[in-house]
Amino acid sequence: MLEAINISKEFPGVKALNGVNIKFFPAKVNAILGENGAGKSTLLKILTGVYHQYDGEIRLNGKPIRFKNIKEAHDAGIAIIHQELNLIPQLSIAENLFLGREILTPFGFLATSIMHHKTQQLLKKLQLNVSPNTLVQTLKIGEQQLIEIAKALLTNAQIILMDEPTSALTDKEIDNLHRIIHELKNEGKTIVYISHKMDELFKIVDNYTVLRDGSTIDAGEMSSVNEQDLIRKMVGRDVQISPKETFNFADKTILKVKNLTLKHHSIQNKNQLQSISFELKKGEILGVFGLMGAGRTELLEVIFGIHASKSCFEIEIEGKIRKIGTPKDAIQNGLAFVTEDRKSEGLVLGMSIAENISLTVLPEFGILNATNDTIAAQDYIKQLSIKTPSEKQSCINLSGGNQQKVVLAKWLATQPKILLLDEPTRGIDINAKNEIYQLIKKLAENGLSIMLVSSEIPEILALSDRILVMSEGKIKGEFLAADANEDKLLKAAI
Amino acid sequence: MNKEILKKSQSLIALFLLCLVITLLSDKFLTGANLWNVLRQISVNVCISVGMTLVVLMAGIDLSVGSVLAFTSVICAGFLKNGITIESLDLFVGFTVLGAVLAALIIGFLLGLFNGWAITTFAIPPFVATLAMLTIARGATMLYSEGIPISNLGSSFEYIGSGWFLGIPVPVWISIIVVLLMVFITKKTTFGRYIYAIGGNEKAAYLSGININRIKLMVYSLAGMMAAIGGILVTSRLNSAQPNAGTSYELDSIAAVVIGGTSLSGGVGSVTGTVIGAVIIGVLNNGLVLLNVSPFWQQVVKGLVILLAVIIDRKSKK
Ligand SMILES: Nc1ncnc2c1ncn2[C@@H]1O[C@H](COP(=O)(O)OP(=O)(O)OP(=O)(O)O)[C@@H](O)[C@H]1O
Ligand SMILES: [Mg+2]
Repeated sequence: MLEAINISKEFPGVKALNGVNIKFFPAKVNAILGENGAGKSTLLKILTGVYHQYDGEIRLNGKPIRFKNIKEAHDAGIAIIHQELNLIPQLSIAENLFLGREILTPFGFLATSIMHHKTQQLLKKLQLNVSPNTLVQTLKIGEQQLIEIAKALLTNAQIILMDEPTSALTDKEIDNLHRIIHELKNEGKTIVYISHKMDELFKIVDNYTVLRDGSTIDAGEMSSVNEQDLIRKMVGRDVQISPKETFNFADKTILKVKNLTLKHHSIQNKNQLQSISFELKKGEILGVFGLMGAGRTELLEVIFGIHASKSCFEIEIEGKIRKIGTPKDAIQNGLAFVTEDRKSEGLVLGMSIAENISLTVLPEFGILNATNDTIAAQDYIKQLSIKTPSEKQSCINLSGGNQQKVVLAKWLATQPKILLLDEPTRGIDINAKNEIYQLIKKLAENGLSIMLVSSEIPEILALSDRILVMSEGKIKGEFLAADANEDKLLKAAI
Repeated sequence: MNKEILKKSQSLIALFLLCLVITLLSDKFLTGANLWNVLRQISVNVCISVGMTLVVLMAGIDLSVGSVLAFTSVICAGFLKNGITIESLDLFVGFTVLGAVLAALIIGFLLGLFNGWAITTFAIPPFVATLAMLTIARGATMLYSEGIPISNLGSSFEYIGSGWFLGIPVPVWISIIVVLLMVFITKKTTFGRYIYAIGGNEKAAYLSGININRIKLMVYSLAGMMAAIGGILVTSRLNSAQPNAGTSYELDSIAAVVIGGTSLSGGVGSVTGTVIGAVIIGVLNNGLVLLNVSPFWQQVVKGLVILLAVIIDRKSKK
């Protein structure tokens, strides 16, 4: 059993953990629940030796331990799958798995075939049907996630910590992951699990512990609580997910896209997106649903001017034909794009919250106005309840969910007419999600037109006025929200 | 912010200790004449390194600064002394000091622009593109000067590198102005903010609507122009353009940038840090000469100091 007793951890200006007590049991799935910034990731980093300066004690099977680095935790049989993946894209699966623990021949050379073979066995166990020589950069996020798990299995870790492993996965990938977790649990391994997705928590978790503002609030068995109880414990009060109200947006077309095509990035004579046409009305929320690989992200990217050389399309905004060849053009035409991957596309992590938010609105040449930036940033920090000691905090120090909110803020700052959202609530806790839903609805009511790409069907259903379903680069169906349901969307998406 | 100040005070302490040690070992160090001399020597590297800082902040590198310095140096001297003769047109153009200086600045700017063009248009890594320019500009220097120094450039030109103004050497004034200007640009303008953003995360910067290519073009052009300022100072100081001037200056300037705490992977660092770095290198050079250390040992010691500075920087970051 892994136990943390009275753990406290402070960062400059932030008390991330404040006397946390927590127990993780073998052969169980143990969940840590809490809002964005509650301290979940920080706790995991302490348990795995990433942070070694903290107060309190960790006990492994009753024995006090104190890891000085990641390797010590590793040797003690604790593996972690971080919130942000840590694979090297340019290396193959096998090379990634054995990185730092390569098997050598008696002469000290790499025993490539042995490593290859072992990798193959692991991939089989995970039901991942690819060659060990595949470069990691060609894998989908869900597959990369499984490679991280393979890394943990390879070292035969007895305790596996997973920090929001499903936040970027499709339903099918999530099912596969759940199956693997089940197997691991039955082998007697301790699983520690963090997720903001309520439905999956009730599916796989045995024991939970709730953290709030760095303190343990409650712990118990999952079977003895319901969703409302848990949310109340996490947030400290009741949260009502308000149902979708009736929609009455104006009948004025703001965006018209005609015959949009995108060439495939590697295969010649093949199109990744094929003759897509649609309209978006002022104040409308247009959901775009599809399975992974359907081309939803690419569609938003093309509209935003990212693939100018490989795409062709006609675009009309407010009745006028426009030319959008770069993101800059797009922004000038009133578009904003909340990208899917906050780490690589959304934020300059080394910069502060205020600097990131102002990045989209600064003129190319001009004098900085620090006060303006500060005021704007403080505004958004309040409006989106971003948890941070100040707007000067570097984004790298924010919790994952709070980083996501900064991305949202930086695009709202451009005061767009059309907002493209790609998985806008990935990694955001249930309370904040609700707040963001309210915000999106309010923005739409005030006349902002929104395209929403999401893999979460409930999210699409809760927000959209109309839903497009995409599959293999084409639009395969269109539903009014009133007629749509999960079944219909899934059927159209396949 | 606090971290930055802490880091800077650390390098200032290092500089102070260095001065202290040299003062204890040599009584010639802490004299007015020597100190002005050191500052005058440093000013060339300061100008180049400040330009280099912008490049490195953007996660780039410019290996061509030494050669650009040499080329602008011979151009400046050649134009001043001989003007331009275009025989086919029977045309002769003479240059005043100001004209020659401006010509050198423009040439430096254009060479930098060429670097930027190669980097942005063909997606050539900066290391390679500027390495090519290192050779090209050095070759052009030799072609233009035929490998022979161009000397005796007149006393009014000499004033730039050797003169005094309000009790301070003119090159020191020039480097102060350059530094203030660049501090202002990096800290107070959106252009500067964009440089940091591109170095921090180029993709996010692009998606935020920043015209990455234009910023890069401007930064490399500025770096070329800073090298030209260095070239003018060197030429004027010696009252002569040496075709092999500036050899390995790129290394000194990268060293100043790194000692000054700017990260080679971009996004982190400052112009003021680089100035401190350049002063540390300059004082060290001067100290080693004053202490009669052999030139061979000087190189070894300099390398070790760079290593030490970066190690301390790394440690303090943890
Ligand atoms: N390196 C750091 N420096 C300063 N503050 C930090 C650092 N890491 C985390 N924090 C702060 O500590 C608090 C807890 O962060 P943590 O990442 O553990 O939250 P979390 O529960 O994992 O949230 P999320 O659900 O959003 O991932 C947050 O307020 C965060 O801003
Ligand atoms: Mg987290």
